[in-house]
Amino acid sequence: MTTSHSPARVIEVTGLHKRYGDKLAVDGVDLHVDAGEIVAVLGPNGAGKTTTVEILEGYRHRDSGRVHVLGEDPQTAGLAWRARLGIVLQSVNDMAEATVEELVRHFAQLYPDPRDVDDVIEAVGLVEKRRTRAQNLSGGQRRRLDVALGIVGRPELLFLDEPTTGFDPEARHAFWDLVLTLRAEGTTILLTTHYLEEAEHLADRVLVVNDGHVIAQGPPASLGGDQAHRTSVRWTEHGAEHAVATDTPTRVVAELATRFASLGLSEVPGLRVQRPSLEEIYLGLLGGAAAAAADPELMEVDR
Amino acid sequence: MSTTAVTTTSTTREDRPGRAARPTALPGVLRLGLLRTRYELRAFFRDRMTLIFVFIYPVLMLVIFATAFGTGPGSFGELDLTFPQYFLPGMIATGVMLSSFQNVATSIAVERDEGALKRLYGTPLPPASYFLGKVGQVLVACVLQVALLLVVAAVAFGVPLPTDAGRWATFAWVFVLGAASGAVCGVAFSSVLRSGRGASAVVTPVVLVLQFISGVFFQFDQLPGWMQSLASVFPLKWMAQGMRSVFLPEEALVLEPSGSWQHGVTAAVLAAYLVVGLVVGVRTFRWLRHDDH
Repeated sequence: MTTSHSPARVIEVTGLHKRYGDKLAVDGVDLHVDAGEIVAVLGPNGAGKTTTVEILEGYRHRDSGRVHVLGEDPQTAGLAWRARLGIVLQSVNDMAEATVEELVRHFAQLYPDPRDVDDVIEAVGLVEKRRTRAQNLSGGQRRRLDVALGIVGRPELLFLDEPTTGFDPEARHAFWDLVLTLRAEGTTILLTTHYLEEAEHLADRVLVVNDGHVIAQGPPASLGGDQAHRTSVRWTEHGAEHAVATDTPTRVVAELATRFASLGLSEVPGLRVQRPSLEEIYLGLLGGAAAAAADPELMEVDR
Repeated sequence: MSTTAVTTTSTTREDRPGRAARPTALPGVLRLGLLRTRYELRAFFRDRMTLIFVFIYPVLMLVIFATAFGTGPGSFGELDLTFPQYFLPGMIATGVMLSSFQNVATSIAVERDEGALKRLYGTPLPPASYFLGKVGQVLVACVLQVALLLVVAAVAFGVPLPTDAGRWATFAWVFVLGAASGAVCGVAFSSVLRSGRGASAVVTPVVLVLQFISGVFFQFDQLPGWMQSLASVFPLKWMAQGMRSVFLPEEALVLEPSGSWQHGVTAAVLAAYLVVGLVVGVRTFRWLRHDDH
């Protein structure tokens, strides 16, 4: 294992446990995030995502395990450490009386080396709304204000907890561009999201959390292993749908074409060739034992 | 959303020798306390509910009472004293209590419930600066409120204001001790308020009952003895009494059940609330909601 004091390792967590009463919210999470990475944490509600992230942010205390964030233990780290973080919490409606510009300026003043207030307001697309009170913003605008307050301190490490909830598709794409720009500047980003498309678009690595531990991790393109990324070829024969998961879809299709041609059909009935989306792979991973037990040659991708 | 803006910032940043050269000195505690004061004041005066029920309320009550009971002489027998003059000290004490205790208790409860405290906790804002902001806001709000009360009392109801320095010195320490103890008790009390929306529903009856038993709406010496004793446990009675010693003529001592202004006891009671409120407030203050950790 790489030492946690390596400068490239921004977050390092081993054996993290957290219990609330009888419920084991985090049950042995291991994870790491390196400098400049965007890592997405996926998982159903109640999987332990938010608890884990809030332990990293210093909001909650762990029961056991080792946690290093920017070289310090969040439980004991001070204000200088907080100045290097940017935290965008889940959607809230606080500080409603102040305007966009007042809030961004106020938060900029809390940090030693803030970004330019006007630049930040422009980057989140709220120039037109800069004199609007937070309570009068739409859900998506309010969320963009949250993001502005999270990045105005020029964080080295940015936590984004479901940042694009309530965004329309256009705003979401603009937000993704913003996140990629932040990364290009050297910001390390830990993101939790419900949108698989978001993780696929942004993340260098994806962590899938379920029942309090990480059940899979890797780049979006290879999450779940080669097996999970096999292409499914489907067709109809004798009135029934057939499906084959394969690494060589071209050969399968060619074989099917030959076989159906010999039956006098120039088209394979109901032919579909599909690469599994991250969402399908994710759902397959959450299926857990059931999915693993299923016949690997016959994968149901009925979506 | 345009991404060019942040890129622009990054170009500026390339001029810097790198991360090691980033300014790392955090902004000073006092400076941030002042910034917080400004922020808090803006929020205070923009919230219509606090503006009416905290800031304007005592002035409104003074106007109603003075108008209803009349401003003529002879209201207190032989004493050269009018109703507006008798009620002014109580309204000042009430204003200080509302702008300190009620205002701090409910605003912290709302900020905690809505997640503002959690957001602030995630920044390098020193907790001391957050509380300095509350103190500064309370101080400015109280000063403006008392000034407004004095102007209305003097101009509209002809209440004579004291001219000797000794009385203003008494005013100063009663005011400062009252506001300070109210503010720290507000911090302490905020910890028992679970929800932001329900906060004023819990705090308002408390302060309203205190107003009734502490001689704010009624002449204190005409209240039943048990009520006077009960009121003596709480700071509002002492603040009102201290303010009466400032704004009432010396002969009005006959209206005091104890026959004295009791400055020593007043200072001791308010100081005790200040210390107890501070200790309890520091020990119970939470940045996160009850269900959030």
